[in-house]
Amino acid sequence: MNNDQYLLAIETSCDETAVAVIKNETELVANVVASQIESHKRFGGVVPEIASRHHIEQITVTLEEALQEAGMTLDDMDAIGVTEGPGLVGALLVGVNAAKGIAFARQKPLVGVHHIAGHIYASRLEKEFEFPLLALVVSGGHTELVLMKGHNDFEVIGETRDDAAGEAYDKVARLLKLSYPGGPEIDKLAAAGEPVIDFPRAWLEEGSFDFSFSGLKSAVTNKLHNAGQKGEEFRPEDVAASFQESVVEVLSTKTKKAAAAYGVKQVIVAGGVAANSGLRARLLETFQETGQELLIPPLKFCTDNAAMIAAAGAVAYRQGHRAGWDLNAHPGLDLEEYGKRGRN
Amino acid sequence: MKITSNSPETTGELAAFLAGKLQPGDVLTLEGDLGAGKTTFTKALGAALGVTKTINSPTFTIIKEYAGDLPFYHMDAYRLEDTEEDLGFEEYFFGSGVTVVEWASYIEDFLPEERLEIRVSYEGEDARSFFFTPRSSHFETICEEITNEYISD
Repeated sequence: MNNDQYLLAIETSCDETAVAVIKNETELVANVVASQIESHKRFGGVVPEIASRHHIEQITVTLEEALQEAGMTLDDMDAIGVTEGPGLVGALLVGVNAAKGIAFARQKPLVGVHHIAGHIYASRLEKEFEFPLLALVVSGGHTELVLMKGHNDFEVIGETRDDAAGEAYDKVARLLKLSYPGGPEIDKLAAAGEPVIDFPRAWLEEGSFDFSFSGLKSAVTNKLHNAGQKGEEFRPEDVAASFQESVVEVLSTKTKKAAAAYGVKQVIVAGGVAANSGLRARLLETFQETGQELLIPPLKFCTDNAAMIAAAGAVAYRQGHRAGWDLNAHPGLDLEEYGKRGRN
Repeated sequence: MKITSNSPETTGELAAFLAGKLQPGDVLTLEGDLGAGKTTFTKALGAALGVTKTINSPTFTIIKEYAGDLPFYHMDAYRLEDTEEDLGFEEYFFGSGVTVVEWASYIEDFLPEERLEIRVSYEGEDARSFFFTPRSSHFETICEEITNEYISD
């Protein structure tokens, strides 16, 4: 009798159509991602309707490819997991309906997964979690500090009050006329520049783990505008380096303080901005000093993928979390509420 | 109608006063430059409608939904420029909640005719002007109430 458990997961919350198969919660058997970044470059961002259409075109092919990579069939799966939210409603619906169709046709249990839980659980593909742990989630739509005292036990201890870090990157990239997605472009430029401009850091009230990046975006706009009027010019490399220095300093300092305040054993960095080399380097340095273990997933698991949804979904499945046939897309799904489902 | 605010606190009071007059299905459009105070206004409006979660930028996801005394929908059409997509706006605009739309001109074709247009302009470090243009009798009444009850206070 074979006790191995397999879960197939689907992710379509934004601009990647992805399917993965995981064995026993942490062993990745297949991982396929079809990216739409090329299609969205023209618009400087993801266009929801185009994203939905791409997902519809890609989902079957991606699914077949993943099963082929795993050398398995849908009948070999113990459960089907899918990103339920947050994300773009039209995009989420493609994955949710595909998962429902498969689960119903094969009579498999269905598990809805929170996209951010997925980003955090990407790290568990590399290393077992030790609680309590702290996750810094940074992406285009999120900037949050999440405390975990156990599996699927999420407490948001800090979040952005306005723009997400990734959004600030995208907007500053637009100001510098860089191509989409802006984050990697700024990161590259910053490596060749010096942080000569002192952009503001929003620390907020003493003891707050919240973030604010909208002032920084305005400061960059104003600086470039004023310089332009005086006929001065900054090197784009230096603007990028100065902007990145401000973001990285705030993110790393707040994460360090929160990690100390809650006495966590591990610190996880999750989300697309975790791919940023400046942030990675600073966090490595920071947590080498404190001795807390820092987990940063490999680059391929930082951007959206289904492996992370499979990793989070497999834990939710073990905890008894099941979705009904009425599972719907939840663009505003709350992380803390989601975590409570499986544990009740 | 023009209302001037000299501080984020006054902006908050204005938003709260307005919130008290809103009904399910009301749509407010918000225009103004970067840093004009659209977010400050929206946060205060949402809080007055009973939203307890942090209201932050919907730019990336375009629509964010919040639970309050009434459902509260915060939209940002910034990334929909030059597209003609319908993201199911009607379900929000004619639903049971209050909707605030930023960069509404990008989705002009989808906006309901009955709405309250608000333009925020920067007048100095903390000073802002709010221009209200009511597009229905319901909003005309609200604007009159703001003039009579709020401004005269």
